[in-house]
Amino acid sequence: MTSLQKPEIAIVGGGPAGLSAALSAVRQGAEVMLIDRDPALGGQLVKQTHMFFGSRKEYAAIRGIDIPGKLMAALEEEGPEKFKPLLDTTVLGYYDDGVILADKEEEQAMLIKPQKTIIATGAAEKMLPFPGNDLPGVYGAGAVQTLMNVYGIKPGTRVLMIGAGNIGLIVSYQLLQAGVEVAAIIEGAPKIGGYLVHATKARRAGIPIKTSHTIKEAYGKDSVEGALICSLDENWCAIPGSDLDMKVDVICLAVGLTPQTELLWQAGCEQKYIPELGGYVPLRNEKMQTSLPDLYVAGDVACIEEAGSAMVEGKIAGLYAAADLGYAEKVEERYTSYYRELEELRAGPTGAKIRQGLSRLNGGV
Amino acid sequence: MRIKEHPIIDFKRGKPVSFTFNGREITAFEGETIAAALHAAGVRVLSHSHDLKRPRGFFCAIGNCSSCLMKVNGAYNVRICVTPVREGDRVEMQEGRGDIIAKA
Repeated sequence: MTSLQKPEIAIVGGGPAGLSAALSAVRQGAEVMLIDRDPALGGQLVKQTHMFFGSRKEYAAIRGIDIPGKLMAALEEEGPEKFKPLLDTTVLGYYDDGVILADKEEEQAMLIKPQKTIIATGAAEKMLPFPGNDLPGVYGAGAVQTLMNVYGIKPGTRVLMIGAGNIGLIVSYQLLQAGVEVAAIIEGAPKIGGYLVHATKARRAGIPIKTSHTIKEAYGKDSVEGALICSLDENWCAIPGSDLDMKVDVICLAVGLTPQTELLWQAGCEQKYIPELGGYVPLRNEKMQTSLPDLYVAGDVACIEEAGSAMVEGKIAGLYAAADLGYAEKVEERYTSYYRELEELRAGPTGAKIRQGLSRLNGGV
Repeated sequence: MRIKEHPIIDFKRGKPVSFTFNGREITAFEGETIAAALHAAGVRVLSHSHDLKRPRGFFCAIGNCSSCLMKVNGAYNVRICVTPVREGDRVEMQEGRGDIIAKA
């Protein structure tokens, strides 16, 4: 066992929230260890080839893949001596005394006892139950993005997309860019869940979007050869006789995300089930501090939203984790500006669900 | 199955490396994971469920789902979707749970 490492702040997860938290804390003057299981920082941004919306401060009109480089450059500018990335390292446990157990690839276990910890572990994709959902050829939407956008490999030749939220719509469009046919996007709800601009782009490219439709089964011998889909009535029940057989070799699941809260459960902070926010999420105050004073959260682990707001939450968590250690310069001023950014990102009809979820989390009905 | 032209991304593939899958020689590019390289070579079945022996394939690509566990250079239960391919790797389909103590 190696000796105990004692950084001022440890951040678990180097996606948009974690990177942004690191930058914010380092700017305040704190020393940060950023732990990520992947060989490179950026989390799922590495596969986001589409342009971002939201506020300009959070990189609207910049492609997701270009954001980690900008944050890294900013960290470099702040002084690399304050910033220690720990890559290829998986955090396995968080103990009562605030000790983190981590496993560095092919090396030994590590113990880390930071003064403050920010959990920014993001989200995992949800699964959908249907016969044949375990066949090769059924992919999570994230996996399809990884194959296409990171490695330049097609998942197959003809795709059925399940889910017309933003991810389903965006990945469908990315499939077309990669030269893969998208047979249809189906959505159980009577309405498209994602932004109109993404839906329009998919439709204009000729992809049919079938709302009130679901998948009944996937079939094939060793891998997907097709899928049976059907229409749903207003009670989400299959309409008899509405079955449609679609010949596809890829079924892509884009049926939502759920926070990866395992470390938060281990730590024992209070959590509440809020469907609008993606499942169980930690209670936290305006500083992004959980019910455990030394533990902060940011990004999808706290609320399934998007990279823009995850980055602002990261800034807030990093700011206050540092401020609590005495690096308190301009805290109020900075917080006020970050808070305004969050309000802007969550304004309007697209933010209604998040606003409602956050209000329920804070005790509202 | 590799994308040749893309309107946004310029894929900078590494230098070619060769490895074997169940004894068959496959060419990949440095920087790819083993799972990506197998997918590009048309390998879709990566493992089988323990009880019913149903085929399992590439599913999450980020080391979460366990459907791509394989034997790599003698070590069992390697998550090939997050393991970079290296020149000369011996990759084999794994039957059952494998020996977790075995190391090459």
